[in-house]
Amino acid sequence: MSKALYELTLHAAWAALQRGDFSAVELTQSLLDRIAQVDGQINAYLTVTAEQALAQATAADACRSRGETAPLLGIPLAVKDVLCTEGVRTTCGSRILEHFIPPYTATAVQRLAAAGMVLLGKTNTDEFAMGSSTENSGYFPTHNPWDLARVPGGSSGGSGAAVAAQMAMAALGSDTGGSVRLPASYCGVVGLKPSYGRVSRYGLVAYGSSLDQIGVLAKDVRDAALLLGVIAGQDPHDSTTMPAPVPAYSQLLSEDVRGLRIGLPDEYFVEGLQPEVNAAVRAAIDVLAGLGAEVVRISLSNTDKALPVYYLVATAEASANLARFDGVRYGFSADSTNILDNYRDSRGQGFGAEVKRRIMLGTYVLSAGYYDAYYLKAQQVRTLIKQDFESAFTQVDVIASPVAPTTAFRLGEKVDDPLAMYLSDLFTIPLNLAGMCGISVPCGFDAQGLPIGLQLMGPHLGEATLLRAAHAYEQATPWHTRWA
Amino acid sequence: MHLTIEEVRHVAELAKLRLSEQELALYAGQLSAILEYAERLQQVETSCVAPTPYVLPLANVWAEDLPEPSLPNALATANAPDHEDGFFRVRAVFEE
Repeated sequence: MSKALYELTLHAAWAALQRGDFSAVELTQSLLDRIAQVDGQINAYLTVTAEQALAQATAADACRSRGETAPLLGIPLAVKDVLCTEGVRTTCGSRILEHFIPPYTATAVQRLAAAGMVLLGKTNTDEFAMGSSTENSGYFPTHNPWDLARVPGGSSGGSGAAVAAQMAMAALGSDTGGSVRLPASYCGVVGLKPSYGRVSRYGLVAYGSSLDQIGVLAKDVRDAALLLGVIAGQDPHDSTTMPAPVPAYSQLLSEDVRGLRIGLPDEYFVEGLQPEVNAAVRAAIDVLAGLGAEVVRISLSNTDKALPVYYLVATAEASANLARFDGVRYGFSADSTNILDNYRDSRGQGFGAEVKRRIMLGTYVLSAGYYDAYYLKAQQVRTLIKQDFESAFTQVDVIASPVAPTTAFRLGEKVDDPLAMYLSDLFTIPLNLAGMCGISVPCGFDAQGLPIGLQLMGPHLGEATLLRAAHAYEQATPWHTRWA
Repeated sequence: MHLTIEEVRHVAELAKLRLSEQELALYAGQLSAILEYAERLQQVETSCVAPTPYVLPLANVWAEDLPEPSLPNALATANAPDHEDGFFRVRAVFEE
């Protein structure tokens, strides 16, 4: 039996479109049919833009028939609903933005559009990207395609589930503390978090501005490399983008990792790690060693401080960023008689529980008398965490670890215990604090058939080497060929 | 570290969040637990460590000061709950 069109990888679909095997309209219709067929159980999308998608696909076919092409011409993609899309509702998973129609498009999305993308819709997320399970969405939770009783991870859980259930050829996500890599791991797809400053954040609704970075969820490493090549680069609208040139990532992929030095941090192989996760990640490292990589034991000694540092720094930044939701310029506005009550009521009613918890924590740590003890201290320890990585990357080229201590947990299992929920991000958070790049690559399944992710981490702007190592591992193993 | 309900009420006012009594009690417990977890940072010696508010070596990114098209007024106010003549309308600021 031949493959349905929605089952193709992005790069295979693009090549087939170029050959004229099928049209962008046929490909888009296949994805839209797939969404209609399975999203009722998964709930990955908040908004599906079917009509616009078919119009964009028609335009892509017309363009191709004139002999023109582009790197993503006619390729249907999904975008996490924290990225602004002009004329298309952007909710951030929050009731406070239920009817918000952005007047402009985020740079990363604009670059995909300029490369010919067909936008299928906007994917579910924990409210304002705050969460590890997508259960904090103000609309509905997303279900894991491998087991509908389990979470897809978060906060880019809609994007992870959409790619895993083959309802998009790939998707954009955002990663502040692991929000691309965790859902990639739980859903068995590739999730790339680029270095801070590699991709413009213009039009990404801000959560923790010193940590946020837009990333991609894809079916394989080649697709992730292709997409990074399109979205990366300096942007006059984001002064924190690096002026460094963008390598042709997808052309630099190879299966040769001979001589590559891979660091194994002691602190990431600890008690509490699900035994099958430990076994799968160690087996993955053996595969890389078998391909000629050199494995080196390293130490990232401040790893155990990363989680508290993150929850002080990220919430402090969030409390400032989310001050913009005032019930005056956009979003939900409560029915109050004076302006102060209107602020209090609009925010109190418009935000969900986790967002209010983080605003409260961030406001507290920035408040008079506590700034030095919490916020300043956290920023100092952040320096030590970053120095751990800088020192490790003088000895090794990439660092390997699990993405998360366990596979996907059950819906409802951690909703009443925020601290237990935060612990799912133990192994992804340090990288955001250091501003470096990382990727989750499928590396096996546990006894219940749930996917396990291998995390590879690279130095700042080290994406080319990171992708090469991930690609070499992926091509040597069968995991990327298995679908939910 | 244990936050009292009154401390939580004060923080909620700083953040301009109207919280119910149940929410105040819930957050008092949960924020206390999270702050207690963060206490482990106090044991780290940082007297000679500079803070990292921002990871990039970039500073003073300059741009030419050129006029560019800006958001049209009608679009800028299109999402406002209440607007009039191109302005945002707010609720009463001064008491009678």
